[in-house]
Amino acid sequence: MIVGQQKPLEEIWEMVKDRKRLLVLGCNTCVAVCHEGGSKEAGIIASLLRMKAKHEGVVMDITEGGIERQCEEEFFAPVHGAIAESDAVLSTACGIGVQFIAAFWKDKPVFPALNTTFLGGVEKEGIFSERCQACGSCVLGRTGGICPISRCAKRVLNGPCGGSVDGRCEINKDIPCAWQLIVDRLKELNQMDRYEELSPIQDWSTDRAGGPRTLEQEDLKQ
Amino acid sequence: MRPKRTPRTASRLEQILAEGHLAVTSECGPPRGSDGNVLETKGALLKGYVDVVNVTDNQTSMTRLCSLAASIRLKQAGLEPVLQMVTRDKNRIALQSDILGAASFDINNILCLTGDHQSFGDCKTGQNVHDLDSMQLLQVVRQMRDEGTFIGGDAISQPPAMFIGAAANPFADPFEIRVPRLAKKIAAGAEFIQTQCIYNMDKFETWMKGVRDRGLHEKTYILAGVTPFKTAGMAKYMRSRVPGIDVPDELVKRMSDTPKEKQADEGIAICLETIERLKEVEGVCGFHIMAIEWEEKVPEIVERAGLYPRPEVGEPAQAPAAAAAR
Repeated sequence: MIVGQQKPLEEIWEMVKDRKRLLVLGCNTCVAVCHEGGSKEAGIIASLLRMKAKHEGVVMDITEGGIERQCEEEFFAPVHGAIAESDAVLSTACGIGVQFIAAFWKDKPVFPALNTTFLGGVEKEGIFSERCQACGSCVLGRTGGICPISRCAKRVLNGPCGGSVDGRCEINKDIPCAWQLIVDRLKELNQMDRYEELSPIQDWSTDRAGGPRTLEQEDLKQ
Repeated sequence: MRPKRTPRTASRLEQILAEGHLAVTSECGPPRGSDGNVLETKGALLKGYVDVVNVTDNQTSMTRLCSLAASIRLKQAGLEPVLQMVTRDKNRIALQSDILGAASFDINNILCLTGDHQSFGDCKTGQNVHDLDSMQLLQVVRQMRDEGTFIGGDAISQPPAMFIGAAANPFADPFEIRVPRLAKKIAAGAEFIQTQCIYNMDKFETWMKGVRDRGLHEKTYILAGVTPFKTAGMAKYMRSRVPGIDVPDELVKRMSDTPKEKQADEGIAICLETIERLKEVEGVCGFHIMAIEWEEKVPEIVERAGLYPRPEVGEPAQAPAAAAAR
């Protein structure tokens, strides 16, 4: 899922302080799972902004709402009215949701309340960690199911680098060395012979480097 | 003396190794400014005492004068450089382009590295590139030289003819892949290896045994890395703060137990003892003496280690790959 993290309130305030009628709009899919941008969190941000506005002596009508997904127009119906009545939207979705809202309501300024941080999972309650960089050319089949592109600080495809110490990354002892994990996993799978296979030069044209990506499904296209 | 091999390039380092001599290499860090004379000054200290000089590429991610320009300056001052190239800062276009640029100045040696993470340096908020990793860079240099083609497959009008090297760290984790990792680098194209600084001789010998068991010492030339301690503080720092360096406690104690004014001498003594022991290790083909900001001590180390004078090798007798390329 997409993991996001709320921006500091001061930064949000600087973006929205000149608005008169602000809608804080939650997104109840990925960023709700990480407790940063669902309807509940949108409500909390709205409350904090009301307090801030009062403290700053600014008159601002702040409302709150939420939809299932901000990245798909099909889910926009419930908030047509609320958005029409506001003069700006503060979206607590990921960057994708923010852009879909902005593209649909062309005359409304839309501001991000979150920084979209990574594609990851729930490692344990309250701890989310990165697992994928959407490079478009998955190597997991040859790396024991552990992604060196997202989990190695140098995205080394033939690792580990010389900075791996006690299974930890040279940049931070809290980060496990992806290649230590890969080696451990290959051992568990009895596939250590695969370690010596050279990973070929990566085709990054499917990655960010190749420009914005799209997926077209012929049978579903309208 | 090792059996002779046939050199493939015009590299002085390759000729010395191929003739079975113990090679001596050192390194020179470019300055953090545009004064290229610094290189000539540092180079003059080493001239005649080492066979080639590695030129570091923005080591520890601190921005410095570039390794290519520094290599050219050393070459012009009469030393033979080993161009170090990291994959952190340049994509495949820039890397290939720099290889051609280096070859155009007859820089005959390259060391392919990944590079320290940028968070250690002065541009912590910068991007890193890592379009290739060090093993892939080895393959690229090899392809450019032996197949005469770019990564994309186009022919190179005059291919570069470099002696290709890589680093190996026998002390990094996980230990059990250290020998397979060397095998992988050799398969990728590493013709010589310079190791991380060796302090833990027992561990190094264990690694070398694994290397010999697979016959890898016959497929590449291994140069053992040594760095003399200047002070006890440096020994402690290397032990606890530098990733991938293994300094046994007894060496730190030996430095700490030495009066401050004698610590530098003790550091040199330890270094010389290490070299003597390394000479006995089958498969060690030479020494890479990294005297960090202490280049002036290299001649003394080389002399006292019995590695002076350096062997004469003639002008490259039309080394086959180089001849074919030109």
